[in-house]
Amino acid sequence: MASNNLNKASFFSDMKKFMPLLRNLVSKDFKIKYRRSILGVAWSVLNPLFTMLVLTVVFSKLLRIDVGTDFATYYIVGASMWTFFAEATSNSLSSIISSASLIKKVYIPKYIFPIEKCLFSLVNFAFTLIAVLIVMFARGVYPTWTSLLFFVPLIYCFVFVCGVSLFLSAATVYFRDIQHLYGVLLTMLMYLTPIIYNTDSLEGHTLVLKVVNANPMTHYVKYFRDVVMNNTIPDLTENLICIAMAVGVFIIGALIFKKAQRKFILHI
Amino acid sequence: MSNENAVELRNVEMHFNMSKEKLESLKEYFLKLIKRELHYEDFIAVNDVSFDIKKGDVFGIVGLNGCGKSTTLKMISGILEPTKGSVKTYGTIAPLIELGAGFDMDLTARENIYLNGSVLGYSKKFIDEKFQDIVDFSEMHEFLDVPMKNYSSGMVARIAFAIATVTTPDILIVDEILAVGDFLFQQKCEDRINAMINDDTTVIIVSHSIEQIERLCKHCVWLEKGKIKMIGDALEVCDAYKNSQR
Repeated sequence: MASNNLNKASFFSDMKKFMPLLRNLVSKDFKIKYRRSILGVAWSVLNPLFTMLVLTVVFSKLLRIDVGTDFATYYIVGASMWTFFAEATSNSLSSIISSASLIKKVYIPKYIFPIEKCLFSLVNFAFTLIAVLIVMFARGVYPTWTSLLFFVPLIYCFVFVCGVSLFLSAATVYFRDIQHLYGVLLTMLMYLTPIIYNTDSLEGHTLVLKVVNANPMTHYVKYFRDVVMNNTIPDLTENLICIAMAVGVFIIGALIFKKAQRKFILHI
Repeated sequence: MSNENAVELRNVEMHFNMSKEKLESLKEYFLKLIKRELHYEDFIAVNDVSFDIKKGDVFGIVGLNGCGKSTTLKMISGILEPTKGSVKTYGTIAPLIELGAGFDMDLTARENIYLNGSVLGYSKKFIDEKFQDIVDFSEMHEFLDVPMKNYSSGMVARIAFAIATVTTPDILIVDEILAVGDFLFQQKCEDRINAMINDDTTVIIVSHSIEQIERLCKHCVWLEKGKIKMIGDALEVCDAYKNSQR
């Protein structure tokens, strides 16, 4: 059997061959993250809880922002999804550069590295969900049957995150500035996502509202809140919008990555 | 018949952009783009190289530093993609280009064996089966659960060589790596490579030790400035290469 390592035909056989690698890299990241910390994995639950406490005190008690429901729950449900996006994309950003030593010496499909970071963040998200449940029960916002659909927005968001990550990791190889720029961009995007406010409070600011609604994360965060705490299921149109945004961004990201990856080795 | 060959290189060229200064920021890039100052100096590392390596052959590549040896090996192992021409390989490849690529020094040797194994595309089950072999060959029994940052470079090399050669690949690529480790371990490595040669594995060796090439190889190519200077029987090529150095 003829095989050229960089052949397109070998894409799927590659994927199968390197699944164990993907798993090992995720578990490596996990081990390294919690190695030598006394509380270990518990931090994944405690961290969002503490952040929630701080923000609830600042925004709900001091600044008196009204989101129309319990602020603590509203915040932590939205923030968990946002944190997944922020963590996955900012980790993927440098994933190719920091794997330079590997990429230069062994043949490995390069998309493994950003995708691995996305999967790792997904694992962390699972722990954040525990924090979400703790807050919901503590605040008396009990999960309902629709809460079981939490995985639907999660899948949409995961596909979206993979697309963004593929693009960012490829672009950063060529332009290292993105590393510094992205922190600012993330802060901006966070305020363009309804995490500490409700889109209803934006009535009158048509332009801002338009931008916020064009932000895919707004849709995923809202969808997540709808099923987890509002006992509603978004309609077909909303689902289609979510899918279109996720798949569209994924395809663009994957195409750019595919085109860029042939020259990675010359730039890392 | 093409399937008598393990590796086929056809008119392979590898160009590198040697930009005078490395542009790593957007601002610089656009400024230069506007000013039309994006000069690249084209550097041809490998120029129009074609050769075949037969199955079961032991093939050496010799040449001075910077003649394109490592670039050629990297193209064969699929790390680099040639700018022009085609590289075809038939069968599984085990690259021994710089041992220990993919080790995470914060992890223990045990964890690294699994991680590095999966880097090379082995399944977990396979590594489970071969784990004892790997540890026995590397002789690192007592240090298995020590983080690898506490290892000496020779110890790292032992583990890495043991993992990389645990399978019998169709094509084994060896780049200057036999220089690591003490002489006993070097002997052990060479024995294992010899065993693979007898097992019909195609071996491609790059080395500056011309004795090693003469001892191990059947055929040999001599590269000079990215071009083939001479190709053929290992002893003849090595003789010519040695004479040219005087």
